[in-house]
Amino acid sequence: MSAVGKPTPLIDARAKVTGQGVYTDDIKLPGMLTGKILRSPLPYARIVSIDKSRAEAMPGVRAVVTGRETEVRFGVLPVSRDETAMAVDRVRYIGDCVAGVAADDEEIALDALKRIDVTYEPLPPILTIDEALKPTDLPIHDKTVGGTNVQKAVDQNFGDVEDAFDQSAFVERHQFQFAPVTHAFTEPHCVIAHFDHDGRLTVWSATQVPHYLHRALSEVMQMDMHRIRVIRPMVGGAFGGKSDPFPHEMIAALLSRHTKRPVKILFDREEVFITNHGRHPTRTSMAMGVSKEGLITGLDLKALIDGGAWGSFGVVTTYYNGVLCMGPYRINNFRYSGKRVYTNKSPSGAMRGHGAVNSRFAMEVLADMLAADVGMDPIDFRLKNLLPPMTKTVNEFRITSNGTRECLERVREASGWKEQHGRLPYGEGLGVACGFYISGSALPIHWTKTPQSTVHLKIDSDGGITVHSLAAEIGQGSDTMLAQCVAEPLGVRLDRIRVLTSDSDTAPIDLGSYSSRVTFMAGNAARLAAEQIRTDLIAAASALTGYQTEGFVLQNEKVIYAPDPTVSVTFMDALQEAIKGKGALIARGCYASAPPMGGKFKGAAAGLSPSYTFQAYAARVSVDPETGFVRVRKVWAAHDCGRALNPIAVVGQIQGCVHMGLGQALTEDFRYHRGSILNANLLDYRTLPPDQMPDVEVIVVESQDPEGPFGAKEAGEGPILPVAPAVANAIYDAVGIRMKELPMSPDRILSELQRHPRPQQPSAPAATKKGSRTPAKVRS
Amino acid sequence: MSDAQAKATDLYAIRRARAVPRASIEMTVNGARHLVSVRPYDVLLDVLRERLNLTGTRRGCDMGTCGCCTVLMDGRPVLSCLTLALEADGAAVRTVEGLATGEGLHPVQDAFVRHGASQCGFCTPGFIMTAVDLLEKSPDPGDDAIRAAIAGNMCRCTGYVTIIEAIKDAAAVLRTRGSMVRR
Repeated sequence: MSAVGKPTPLIDARAKVTGQGVYTDDIKLPGMLTGKILRSPLPYARIVSIDKSRAEAMPGVRAVVTGRETEVRFGVLPVSRDETAMAVDRVRYIGDCVAGVAADDEEIALDALKRIDVTYEPLPPILTIDEALKPTDLPIHDKTVGGTNVQKAVDQNFGDVEDAFDQSAFVERHQFQFAPVTHAFTEPHCVIAHFDHDGRLTVWSATQVPHYLHRALSEVMQMDMHRIRVIRPMVGGAFGGKSDPFPHEMIAALLSRHTKRPVKILFDREEVFITNHGRHPTRTSMAMGVSKEGLITGLDLKALIDGGAWGSFGVVTTYYNGVLCMGPYRINNFRYSGKRVYTNKSPSGAMRGHGAVNSRFAMEVLADMLAADVGMDPIDFRLKNLLPPMTKTVNEFRITSNGTRECLERVREASGWKEQHGRLPYGEGLGVACGFYISGSALPIHWTKTPQSTVHLKIDSDGGITVHSLAAEIGQGSDTMLAQCVAEPLGVRLDRIRVLTSDSDTAPIDLGSYSSRVTFMAGNAARLAAEQIRTDLIAAASALTGYQTEGFVLQNEKVIYAPDPTVSVTFMDALQEAIKGKGALIARGCYASAPPMGGKFKGAAAGLSPSYTFQAYAARVSVDPETGFVRVRKVWAAHDCGRALNPIAVVGQIQGCVHMGLGQALTEDFRYHRGSILNANLLDYRTLPPDQMPDVEVIVVESQDPEGPFGAKEAGEGPILPVAPAVANAIYDAVGIRMKELPMSPDRILSELQRHPRPQQPSAPAATKKGSRTPAKVRS
Repeated sequence: MSDAQAKATDLYAIRRARAVPRASIEMTVNGARHLVSVRPYDVLLDVLRERLNLTGTRRGCDMGTCGCCTVLMDGRPVLSCLTLALEADGAAVRTVEGLATGEGLHPVQDAFVRHGASQCGFCTPGFIMTAVDLLEKSPDPGDDAIRAAIAGNMCRCTGYVTIIEAIKDAAAVLRTRGSMVRR
């Protein structure tokens, strides 16, 4: 192996460190106009009238558009197309798009917004999950469950959880609550649309799903897809927050159709916050049972999920809150009831660890409690309950490679678990948690015959290899991964390879960077394409040398006859021979998840993946009982990524996940007042600052997936899952309180500490902490 | 006169009233002198990005909370989104575009590449400018000094781990070269 597995700086890193990389806002086009969006000041209201004449009369204003422009609905999921470019009859959250302006400069555009006269008739806003569950005369959207604001209800039942609980030694049932959190990527949303005089539309956008944007533009603009070109410049972070087609992209296109000039819309930071699409605020009730031998008997889970104003990925979120609990432990009895509701708040959507993070927190806290109930060490308890590799879950997920055992064992070793857990002084603690995530969604969002990933390769006589793909590089290193997957079969240097992934005109379809799918799917497509070129080159080397094709290998820029390595042809000589008489070598590789996969029941497709990743983390914390402040000292993070194609990228993803997970665990929290976000800026919405970031010891576990490219699986999302519960379990080890609400902010820690103060005899902290547990059988 | 025309005329008057005085400022950016005409409320970030086309300085929040727009002005890091262009009159400004030379990357840039300290890259120029300033003043900073120096820069990709490693590595490279650049 020459390219794969080698720590490789990202191939676009030099462009980034010199500032020469081009993000959407860096693009200036001739005659470009500035677009601005008028947003709703009310959480829920009927639009009585919009008068845009004063704005249109302003010098320098080139176009004003409103919801009258188009009523075509769109949305990332075909089952919940509930968005329009701008509000048609009602506004549904503070920040909903009401009108768009294109003007000669920003000042004029902002002035014009003030001259659009909108009359609203306020409606009583639905701001809580409880209100949303009730029947109402005017649901926020027309397609809801039984006249309520429930958008999606999921009920799943495998085995008999009641019976399982009856036969359990202990059952723990608890309520958990999760605050809304958001991606907080550094690059604000930005789009440029140019509808030209040829009737073609080009859209540059900071998106992680150019293909879904392409489809949505086609629907909203009523244009054939082939007349639309989507270009993804560099993207300054996304984490799921740029994975929906957005109203602002439609508004820019509409404004440009009126003016035939390029229109740029750049969000300010407040707009980024209020349009959100972050992790769903959720209330979870979870019960888990255990036999006296320490085996999990069943899992009973109810989740109430606040979706905000739009559907977004919410149907998937609703399923994921349940089904992504099916690993890494064997659970034979499982019952899930999930409801996602519409509210008049900023829309929730997909965020790193989509749908899995909150339920995982509850599950890992319960696992710790049950381990204590049966008197087992939390790591031993987890080890005892693991799914093996090559098995099926009760809901028919096909588990292939599975490195959880190694993750747990290595974390136990590295963290000094046996010496430290339960033995540290009061205020100091060590906790553990596991994780489980998909490596790409096996069933694509749209039912088409198009493969999920296609990659084209071209090699001409100059010896340069061009990779065409629409897999979106968003900082995770997917361009570098594609280059490696091409370089490996061809045995060439990475600098021969140019990866072009930003242009829908030249790239074949790839579904984009979401659901942790790119390495597995686009990586496989790239590998397959390169293997075809390899065949061509070997045939050429065979022709040049007269040796049989079977013995040739490609490495170090040579095609070598392995049985006699003195016989070889350089890459360039083989290439010239292969090109002779037919021109540039081209190849196509594609990936489509092979059916049949999964069960036949309703919702069986949700959570199906060609492979899954597994994690085990330990966190070492200090809790200050005076202030309630939690300081995370160190995190040991073991992640099974199958095979680390690029260890630099894998380690970077894990470190980033630890940071983002700690933010949700400790500091991040949207605060609403009457539907308005109080902390819609990066000062009041606190991501974990550098001085609070702990040491992270990354442990990469390579289980060699049988179907992943060179054995690889995802590393971008699964590693966030164990972070918050490991911290919560460490807090329990430190001060004996069970935190069931995120973030675990100082005020909440203090109030729990008041209810569970420090035990009387601090001289034997470990023993007293154990004694304070009351493993009574819990029923509810 | 129709209503619409009356409104338009009215708006012309407003626009005239809004025509604010401009001032010429002279500043050196990455060693080159520039004469720029600015309005009283223009900020340095706009001048760099929109007037001088130095787009390596990134716009992340416009309110001094992310640090993506950090540049060096007269030998100290400033948030260019909160620095009035008028304040830069007569100043020497350094941006990320001024670091790499014909011979290659600045050691801080090189270390960011090697350590994977730049993922999405959007915050990277701000961090690099902060780090360059730190290392010019303090050639051998400890972990705490590095964390304090970058406290005003936000990164959402790396968790700061590789950024801190890269800054330490760059410091070592710069020390061995013994060529701390002071422009």
